[in-house]
Amino acid sequence: MRILRLTIRNAFRHRLRSVLTIAGIAIAVTAFGFLRTVVTAWYSGVEASSANRLITRQAISFIFPLPYADKEQIARLPNVRSVSWANWFGGVYKDKSQFFARMAVDGDTYFDVYPEFQIEPDQLAQFKRERNACIVGADLAQQYGFKLGDIIPLDGDIYPGHWEFVVRGIYRPRDKTIDGTQMLFHWDYLNERIRQESPGRADEVGWYIVKIDDPARSAEVSDHIDALFANSRAETKTETERAFQQGFAQSGNVIIGGINFISFVIVGIIMLVLGNTMIMSARERTREYAVFKTLGFSAKYIATMIFGESLVLSIFGAAFGVPLTIGLVKMFEQFVPKAWFPVFYVEPVTYVLAATAALLVGVAAALFPMQRAMRTPIVEGLRFIG
Amino acid sequence: MQPLIRIEGVSKAYRRDSFDIPVLNKLTLDVAEGEFLALMGPSGSGKTTLLNLVAGIDRPNQGRITVGDTDIAALSETALAKWRATHVGFIFQFYNLIPVLTAYENVELPLLLTPLSKAERRKHVELALGVVGLSDRIYHYPKQLSGGQEQRVAIARAIATDPTLLVADEPTGDLDKQSAEEILTLLDRLNKEFKKTIVMVTHDPRAAERAHTVRHLDKGELI
Repeated sequence: MRILRLTIRNAFRHRLRSVLTIAGIAIAVTAFGFLRTVVTAWYSGVEASSANRLITRQAISFIFPLPYADKEQIARLPNVRSVSWANWFGGVYKDKSQFFARMAVDGDTYFDVYPEFQIEPDQLAQFKRERNACIVGADLAQQYGFKLGDIIPLDGDIYPGHWEFVVRGIYRPRDKTIDGTQMLFHWDYLNERIRQESPGRADEVGWYIVKIDDPARSAEVSDHIDALFANSRAETKTETERAFQQGFAQSGNVIIGGINFISFVIVGIIMLVLGNTMIMSARERTREYAVFKTLGFSAKYIATMIFGESLVLSIFGAAFGVPLTIGLVKMFEQFVPKAWFPVFYVEPVTYVLAATAALLVGVAAALFPMQRAMRTPIVEGLRFIG
Repeated sequence: MQPLIRIEGVSKAYRRDSFDIPVLNKLTLDVAEGEFLALMGPSGSGKTTLLNLVAGIDRPNQGRITVGDTDIAALSETALAKWRATHVGFIFQFYNLIPVLTAYENVELPLLLTPLSKAERRKHVELALGVVGLSDRIYHYPKQLSGGQEQRVAIARAIATDPTLLVADEPTGDLDKQSAEEILTLLDRLNKEFKKTIVMVTHDPRAAERAHTVRHLDKGELI
């Protein structure tokens, strides 16, 4: 009990220095937590992907379409439960800065293959009945104040012209890891208009979503699908949804890798800040430690005091840093359009990592001063003039 | 009469870089139980080194030091630390109190190493602070005390475990004349009333006058 009290008093003996050290640790923990959140947000699509969904796209590039007719052949393959499809629509809502995902999907099957987009049955039925209906995510609806019956006007770029869609449903993401910022409308509606205005581009889909019976057979089914269209004018590349999402995520790999690296550099910086404080504190108390030893206290007792002091500072730093991370992430969410980072929240593992990093830093920062204090002979310590 | 401290042929040298600096040279000395011994001599004569060896905070390169029945040079570090906690009280020139602890807590420090209960420790601390006349300052921090009072707290800490031997290194070296007199009177009382054996290093002839015996050291030898 006495050693704990002494440790806490020692930790705050130089209040300004301790406060600055704790602030340094707290800021570093916050930066670490925030950057880790950016990294996890970037890979959220990968994490949210389903094991029993495959994505079939054009083998040359994702931007080239596939024939609509492929659907029937894919659906006939063994182990394929259902096939859905989608097109990236793009377009502009109000102005180019108002970005969110707009996709033409097969209204009959899309919400079956994506059960994580939860929608009321009556809204889904209404959507299916109306050709120019759309469904928006709850986060998107909240951001723009969309309500059922509202009309969303879009100016097309990939598919030119003025487009209007009526909001007939609002889907809720099943959990925090699911994107709630998408706008989905009927592929049939898009295709009919394209057939009239640009017949050469009709009956094309962006990619197929293939739901399979058994995730263990994903490689086998992928091979079967790609074999079907080998040597055709639109060869396919089929992969698991996870691999497909990873392909997207990899486009920012260098930047995200850099962010990831910096988040760990920050841990090193915390260690230097705390290590510097602990070395200074232990050096200033060289004589005191010698007095403790003179009175009969063991070197282990001295080491425990230094270790405890370092831990006290790191625990305080983590205790302030973790709530700061939550605050910063919430602030970021308010100021940055939701569609830029549809899934942006502090994962529980980030709290654990940040707190663990702070504690490990507390341990590491104490090692050198502990060793020094234990090894310094009493006589030398008593002669020390700080 | 059997001496409390027996120093036989003790030599000590310190190594600085590649040089061996001899400090004590085959020194032999007996200190009787209940003695009040003052060690005097010029700077660098080896007084403090001798005191450190007797107190078990340093080890001789050669020779034997026996305190009571214990050959302290033969003890392991852990055993020596335990021995110091039980048998020796230390009084330093600069008091060396722990600034974040009150007078009470400073005096209680050596008692934390004993099996005494909290209540028993309290009794010891209050008795020790009573002996040095600081019963009314037990919750004061060192910075709230004068130099003389700090030294009295240090003396209370030294006697709290009721050790056999008190070692004092220039106990009045940092004090004004009046405070120095008070400390010397206190040491005198501890020697006469509480039968403590005291070994004191001092430059101050007035301090040495209070001792029963004064021994002079020069270049590591008793003269």
